[in-house]
Amino acid sequence: MKKELLKVNNLKQYFPVKGGFLGRTVNHVKAVDDITFEIYEGETLSVVGESGCGKSTTGRAILRLEEPTDGEIHFEGEDLLALNKREMREKRKDLQVIFQDPYASLNPRQTVGQILMEAMQIQKVVPRSEQRKRAIELIETVGLNKEQIDRYPHEFSGGQRQRVGIARALSVDPKLIIADEAVSALDVSIQAQVLNLLRRLQREFNLTYLFIAHDLGVVRHISDRIIVMYLGKIVEIADKKSLFENPQHPYTKALLSAIPIPDPEKKKERIVLKGDVPSPIDPPQGCRFHTRCPFATEICRTKVPELRNLDHMKEGHRAACHHIEKIHSGEMAVQS
Amino acid sequence: MVKFIVRRLLQLIPVLLGVTIIVFSLMHLTPGNPAQIIAGESATPETVAQIEKRLGLDEPIPVQFFHFVKDAATFDFGNSWRTSLPVSTELWPKFWVTLELAIYSMIFSIVFGMAAGIISAVRQYSWADVSVMLIALFGLSMPNFWLGLMLMQWFSINLGWFPPTGWGSASQILLPVITLGTSGAAVIARMTRSSMLDVISQDYIRTARAKGLKERVITYRHALKNALIPVVTVIGLQFGGLLAGAVLTESVFSINGMGKLIVDRILARDFPVVQAGILVIAVVFVFINLLVDISYKFLNKRIDMD
Amino acid sequence: MKEEIILEVSDLRTSFFDEDFEIKAVDGVSFELPKGKTLGIVGESGSGKSITALSILRLIAKNGKVVGGEILFNGKDLTKLSEREIRDIRGNDISMIFQEPMTSLNPVYTIGKQIYEALKVHQGMDKKEGDKRVVELLELVGIPSPKQRMKQYPHELSGGMRQRVMIAMALACNPKLLIADEPTTALDVTIQAQILDLINDLQEELGMSVIMITHDLGVVAETCDYVAVMYGGQVVEYQEVKELFKNPKHPYTVGLLNSMPRHDVDVDELEPIKGNVPSVRNMPKGCRFAPRCPFATELCVTELPELDRKEDGSEVRCWIYSDRWDGDPEVSVRNEERTT
Ligand SMILES: Nc1ncnc2c1ncn2[C@@H]1O[C@H](COP(=O)(O)OP(=O)(O)OP(=O)(O)O)[C@@H](O)[C@H]1O
Ligand SMILES: Nc1ncnc2c1ncn2[C@@H]1O[C@H](COP(=O)(O)OP(=O)(O)O)[C@@H](O)[C@H]1O
Ligand code: SF4
Ligand code: SF4
Ligand SMILES: [Mg+2]
Ligand SMILES: [Mg+2]
Repeated sequence: MKKELLKVNNLKQYFPVKGGFLGRTVNHVKAVDDITFEIYEGETLSVVGESGCGKSTTGRAILRLEEPTDGEIHFEGEDLLALNKREMREKRKDLQVIFQDPYASLNPRQTVGQILMEAMQIQKVVPRSEQRKRAIELIETVGLNKEQIDRYPHEFSGGQRQRVGIARALSVDPKLIIADEAVSALDVSIQAQVLNLLRRLQREFNLTYLFIAHDLGVVRHISDRIIVMYLGKIVEIADKKSLFENPQHPYTKALLSAIPIPDPEKKKERIVLKGDVPSPIDPPQGCRFHTRCPFATEICRTKVPELRNLDHMKEGHRAACHHIEKIHSGEMAVQS
Repeated sequence: MVKFIVRRLLQLIPVLLGVTIIVFSLMHLTPGNPAQIIAGESATPETVAQIEKRLGLDEPIPVQFFHFVKDAATFDFGNSWRTSLPVSTELWPKFWVTLELAIYSMIFSIVFGMAAGIISAVRQYSWADVSVMLIALFGLSMPNFWLGLMLMQWFSINLGWFPPTGWGSASQILLPVITLGTSGAAVIARMTRSSMLDVISQDYIRTARAKGLKERVITYRHALKNALIPVVTVIGLQFGGLLAGAVLTESVFSINGMGKLIVDRILARDFPVVQAGILVIAVVFVFINLLVDISYKFLNKRIDMD
Repeated sequence: MKEEIILEVSDLRTSFFDEDFEIKAVDGVSFELPKGKTLGIVGESGSGKSITALSILRLIAKNGKVVGGEILFNGKDLTKLSEREIRDIRGNDISMIFQEPMTSLNPVYTIGKQIYEALKVHQGMDKKEGDKRVVELLELVGIPSPKQRMKQYPHELSGGMRQRVMIAMALACNPKLLIADEPTTALDVTIQAQILDLINDLQEELGMSVIMITHDLGVVAETCDYVAVMYGGQVVEYQEVKELFKNPKHPYTVGLLNSMPRHDVDVDELEPIKGNVPSVRNMPKGCRFAPRCPFATELCVTELPELDRKEDGSEVRCWIYSDRWDGDPEVSVRNEERTT
């Protein structure tokens, strides 16, 4: 059986909205609202969805960069939310993060070598005398030149900086790496280099990735399983093949059909959703997607759908929609 | 908008209360017994005690403060210890003079400062820009009493174009206004310039150009309104400085305004007048800030009304 | 029948002058756009796409200048027009929409007013007539309850809505050419789909020609008829869209296609282009792509190839297709296994 590395139970992250006369909390942004999932050792689990759906918030909550409002996070069976500050800091050795903007997350006054050695020093993973040797190893691992160890971040291009960010994450031998839009800011040709690097490192070091992204091409390339989020909720979770070839949730279908295919001969039907994503303050009742869903009925407006697995879906593939059966059988269809 | 103004007005209460406390403690922190000062050095202890009683100085401090606030709320500051005239009679005429000086100077600063700033920004790096910025730097670094003295020396004494002192006629007003308004004009010019330059490089200015609008329309309709937002804040802050600067300017040109009055009465330890004067200045300052906030909102519709 | 060409750009060069240093942001861009068609300009960031677009309308920053080439719009060379003449064209015959819907609208005016402005300068419409047209335009771009919306300020609208407003503004005077500079890059995919559909529909309805600038090959495939691929400030390949995807000629185009992860098919290993995008301040002397090109030869490193036009109208800037090619004569730039 696959070993569960991280288990997230009923995670909620609400941010207060201040207002009124005295700046009281008048409302909440329900950035993440009751999500449950697990990550298995050695896999890449991706989280996709449109801007503001709660992807980054989920990542930050796992790292406890922000205290979650409610829920449980178990890492190797241990409840992360029960740890105190110091214990959590030690745990960060196992849980590393790579951000979208590599520049903002690197100290401009430190050389690459210093950045890497500082990370090792904090977690005390390598004796001081061997740190430099290890730093050089890491730099070469991520495809940079060992001469570049004494350079400063501004002397690198975006793609190279992202490599430095990856090297820093690797420096403490983490088990789980949370990559938040780690390749989104890069040009296609550079993005491909970094994606290949991430895959190679995963094989070499048996890493587990939680990969946050909005580009479904990238996600298909790197993931084993995928979570689709909409307005703070998981709407579908499945292995890669099922998600791309047998999507069940109307939102997933729309999302997939919205992406332009780089092949002019392949004309396809596109489901164009009407309207915008509603605000996460006072999100729609019932199914949060009902304001834009072409299949919405009365029940969708009142009852929150649960994640379900049905006979025609592979094991582990679950979607949160009241009408999966009818949509699948063709009883419900979009009239155009 | 109304809700916003009401809220800002409510927020003024603690500020004004703070100012009142400071002004009140002024009298009690300065060495010497006020009653003694009123009565004079040679007065008998009985007279002093009598005066103390009359002024309520024998009561506990919190009670005194309560009375002070109650009276201040109606602008009743009692009588001057020097002249025994009601404080308001002493203060109001001087207050108007100072307000006039400040307002004229402000207008001077705004008109010249903004015009210079706009020209500078639109013609960045041209000789016009360079000279405007040089003059502004000069205007900023020169202490205003010194500028006042120089102006007086050249234009009044050497050339005899303007009367050197006094307040009232147009020719008397000009030099003090330039004296007091120059540094403000300089600050506003610099702020307008940098703010305009910032706005000119924004995407929406490019959009306006792509629409086929004339440069003049772009500058005045699209850029200026956005650029004014930070300038208005600076103008508000300037006004506070202006009231302080007025004190010096009034001394240089022997203008009978609040500044001169307060300075004179501090020396004479005429506390009621000093307190009232400072309180009036503080209140004006606070209200100007409110006005600035309101116009800021008005210019910047993006800031949420609630 | 020969198609009527609405825009022909030949050997455009635009430079920025930073102190005494010349930054050649656009250094040899040529393409033509037949009337009523869509031309895509693709390339990675910094390849000169936006500067090319801004050069057409002469909207480049003060320190920049078109230093060479021609831009023929309906036969008229835009680079030679007076300031007044080009102003009459902007927003009227040629309109432009930008990448950043969040910052491209003036925050202190209502959207109605901003759209009306274009109507006023070019068509002299009065307020009443203008308002009617504004409502029509907002309806056209699919903004619900336009009468209320026109009184709103940009911050009250979402990114997708603002981009619709930008489009409405661009369409106000029925332009013959619409230049869209990465109109959907800042938007979510579902909103991108809405906007691309809108531009396509409007193009059909109004018969406009469109220049679609993007870095997304998917967007190109779905919206364009012709494509110009840019690299290091130059057009390296110009092709009819189906040909480009079926038969890419320039090694860079091939590299770009091979490094793109796709959501519609599984790709085992991406084949990235090695190395980094060159900086404008430090361009290779020969072929701009030589340091990253798997086929580069001595000739490539020393001499810059011309953008060479073939009989079928396609163009490619690469020594492989010339008589002077000094490498493997049998070379094939395409990696056969990749074709699906
Ligand atoms: N500190 C905070 N205070 C208030 N609201 C917040 C805070 N952080 C995030 N949010 C809100 O929570 C929601 C989810 O944000 P999150 O950053 O997780 O989105 P995301 O899915 O990562 O989007 P993107 O693709 O744009 O990165 C958004 O509506 C966001 O505005
Ligand atoms: N105002 C400017 N001054 C100097 N260089 C500029 C300026 N604007 C753009 N550039 C440079 O010109 C090149 C092309 O830019 P651009 O056309 O915006 O690229 P993109 O293809 O991403 O749209 C870039 O290297 C950019 O740094
Ligand atoms: S539950 Fe209803 S509204 Fe939600 S996705 Fe399913 S059909 Fe659509
Ligand atoms: S000219 Fe040479 S270096 Fe340039 S693309 Fe062609 S083969 Fe490669
Ligand atoms: Mg995010
Ligand atoms: Mg660009």
